[in-house]
Amino acid sequence: MSVKKVYDKQPDTFEFTKENLVLAENILNKYPKERKKSAVMPLLYLAQNQNDNWIPLAALKYIGKFLSMPYINVYEIATFYSMYNLSPVGKYFVQVCTTTPCLLRGANEIVKACQKKISKNENTISENGMCSWTEVECLGACVNAPMMQVNRDYYEDLSKNNIEKILDSFMQDDPIKPGSFRNRKSSAPENNKINGNGINNA
Amino acid sequence: MPKITVNNKEIEFENGMTVLQACELAGAEIPRFCYHERLSIAGNCRMCLVEMEKSSKPIASCAMPATEGMKIKTNTEKVEKARKGVMEFLLANHPLDCPVCDQGGECDLQDQSLYYGFDKSRFKENKRKVKDKYMGPLIKTIMTRCIHCTRCVRFATEVAGVTEIGAIGRGENMEITTFLEKSMESELSANVIDLCPVGALTSKPYAFEARPWELKKTETIDVMDAVGSNIRVDTYGWEVKRVLPRLNEEINEEWISDKTRYACDGLLKQRIDKPFKRENGKLIECSWDEALNIVGSKIKETAKNQIGFHAGDMLSMETINSLKEFAKKLSIPNYEFREKPFYLNSDNKMNYIFNSSIKGIEESDCIVLIGTNPRHEATMLNARIRKAFVAKKIPIISFGDPGDLTYDYTNAGNSTEDIKKLLNKENETSKILLNSKKPIIIIGESALELESAKFILQGIKKFLKENNLINDNWNAFNVLLQNASSVGAIDLGFFEKDNSFNFFNKLKNNEFKLLYFVGSDNLDFIKSNEFIIYQGSHGDRMAQIADVILPSPAYTEQNGIFINLEGRLQKSNKSTYPPGSSKEDWKIFNLILNNLQEDEKFKNFVELRTDTISKIQNHTDFDLLPKKTIQDLKFESGSFTNEPIYVKEIDYYFSNSIARSSKTMSDCRAARSKKLNKITGS
Repeated sequence: MSVKKVYDKQPDTFEFTKENLVLAENILNKYPKERKKSAVMPLLYLAQNQNDNWIPLAALKYIGKFLSMPYINVYEIATFYSMYNLSPVGKYFVQVCTTTPCLLRGANEIVKACQKKISKNENTISENGMCSWTEVECLGACVNAPMMQVNRDYYEDLSKNNIEKILDSFMQDDPIKPGSFRNRKSSAPENNKINGNGINNA
Repeated sequence: MPKITVNNKEIEFENGMTVLQACELAGAEIPRFCYHERLSIAGNCRMCLVEMEKSSKPIASCAMPATEGMKIKTNTEKVEKARKGVMEFLLANHPLDCPVCDQGGECDLQDQSLYYGFDKSRFKENKRKVKDKYMGPLIKTIMTRCIHCTRCVRFATEVAGVTEIGAIGRGENMEITTFLEKSMESELSANVIDLCPVGALTSKPYAFEARPWELKKTETIDVMDAVGSNIRVDTYGWEVKRVLPRLNEEINEEWISDKTRYACDGLLKQRIDKPFKRENGKLIECSWDEALNIVGSKIKETAKNQIGFHAGDMLSMETINSLKEFAKKLSIPNYEFREKPFYLNSDNKMNYIFNSSIKGIEESDCIVLIGTNPRHEATMLNARIRKAFVAKKIPIISFGDPGDLTYDYTNAGNSTEDIKKLLNKENETSKILLNSKKPIIIIGESALELESAKFILQGIKKFLKENNLINDNWNAFNVLLQNASSVGAIDLGFFEKDNSFNFFNKLKNNEFKLLYFVGSDNLDFIKSNEFIIYQGSHGDRMAQIADVILPSPAYTEQNGIFINLEGRLQKSNKSTYPPGSSKEDWKIFNLILNNLQEDEKFKNFVELRTDTISKIQNHTDFDLLPKKTIQDLKFESGSFTNEPIYVKEIDYYFSNSIARSSKTMSDCRAARSKKLNKITGS
């Protein structure tokens, strides 16, 4: 990972849509007036949702003005958190976990598949414009390692046998159902095995 | 007082101190990168680790509050090992480019790695590379060297008041930058260069100029504004290579403004090194004798009341005193130091100085600005106001619109009518003022230029005295003058005391036959038939229209004393010698007197200085505030005119002849106007 690159083709302006403006006001109401800066993270997320899953510079400035905080502080936050994208991503944004547990369970194979199916380098949109992928740190689903997050869904218990099929489904704009790919229910033991507390998988 | 044991030595410390400060008290030196006394605590470099009893791990002493009975060890093997570990991590990604790094010789990392660094690197991986950032014409960045202490970020946010530097990214990929690599819009920006403990932020104009151990260092004071910041001038041979701040808690703490620091390259350019005379419309070099003869004969043949003297903005008191005695000897009545006509009253020293003192600003609980923009007129004073504002959120009120001052203030009106209301206790501001214990009212030169200037100055003084805001402990009445020579010139009486502005009227109507400008370049003046003698160091505005030019040294090239806006007398020391055949100002006056076959008033410099000091009102001693004289205050009444209060914008980077000759200053000016154009879209 390195510092996120800011996209070179930036839109000139950014404004919240009417609906998002209402949402933004609701978010602001959650914080005391003198601490409205606290709303910066939800607002950045709102802007990212509005703008095809990435935040343009104009939006950073817009939010800075919206919350009367210096631009550089908004910029710091947007670059610090890996879930804010500062350049366009594919319609299906694949985030592969490569932290220790996933790596031990074969996340490398997932990365290789992404390189093969989507694009050679991370953060590059595939030729048909459908997908882009990136390596991320732990997404908190270690028990189902290896896993990846695509937009808002988790795809878990992956292996080199099924990953290509999954990625193909995104590339064809027909996403496969998320969840465990070894037929586990959430993170419960496989094949109805009894868990440590002696309770049956339910 | 609570007690702490440092290396088996028990000492007392003040409540609120950190372990690091307590260790310093005990005489144990703690290495550090991120910690700085004047900035908030970050605790992210981990270099200041010490051992604390009952703690299994070493603690970061800069961020740990000291408490009663703590037992600290700073010299154990464990501490040394921990610090060595930290140092190894810091050096892991730090390039080994000390031989080409400008920080070399005054680098904290270099110094500390001498004690805590390993001789070899165990880091086999690739070093990271960080792109250099643009931070304006003053700051050169080599960001690979950055160790992320965030001192620059904290300085910009806390002291300078411009949140423009930040740390983007995270972890190993953290980078320090300004938003979209814009230049930093602050008059204090270059202080981050001093703060940077490594060579990541270095001085752009000074890049590869000299090594610190080659420079001759002279402690002196600054003359770019009336604050009198304490500086150190570093010279290499004749050249002034750089100007650095010197610690003075009373005045500039340890910061200086960008103009103070970087106008020094103007000392090398546009210099007048020989006498010149004008022949057939062209200035040509001549000998001193020739020039003195012309000056002497011109003075002889011109009627006394048609000769005018004007003293410039950066003259030492000795120069002004010798000039005044020179004028006296020739019985010439017209002399002036003001650059524009503004009201002055020198009956009492209190009437023209900053009585609350710069350090006093920190105690204040309310500040009222009248027709002044302290950010540009006295940058270091503005930094103090910001410090008080940040610490206590005191109300700051301005009459007139000074623009962005780096802190929040309320505008209480832009006309003299509003001040009248204040004096009659009719508006909100007067309530705030009367409810505060230590208010500060600052009257700027823009307000003194108004027709109701006398009304404002005397009215405010009376108002404050009547409400017991001028008392033995506190004086809320302040005048902010802009030039280094101003207070000194007033003390020496080098102006028309009746405020009739005869000098300016005569100047405007071209009634003078002979004008003698000493270091004076800021006067608004259109030449017609006058014979102009310019004596100074730089070929600036007045030298261009002069008929005779006499070279004299700049402020770094002669000894002198200056009084700052608080009335504090300070010594300025000669740090280098002037170019060519320049002669000190007082010697030139003596030479002219000799030429006119008159007696010299001052035989030597010691005599001149003694005489000058004896003329200072309320003089106490060097570096001290003047005596207070609040008992016998006189109040006069002035006429009131209802008029708008404008805060006259000064061309900050071009405010004097040295700054105008400086390439760095013109770069700064260009960068600033470019940024302004971008914002306004023009």
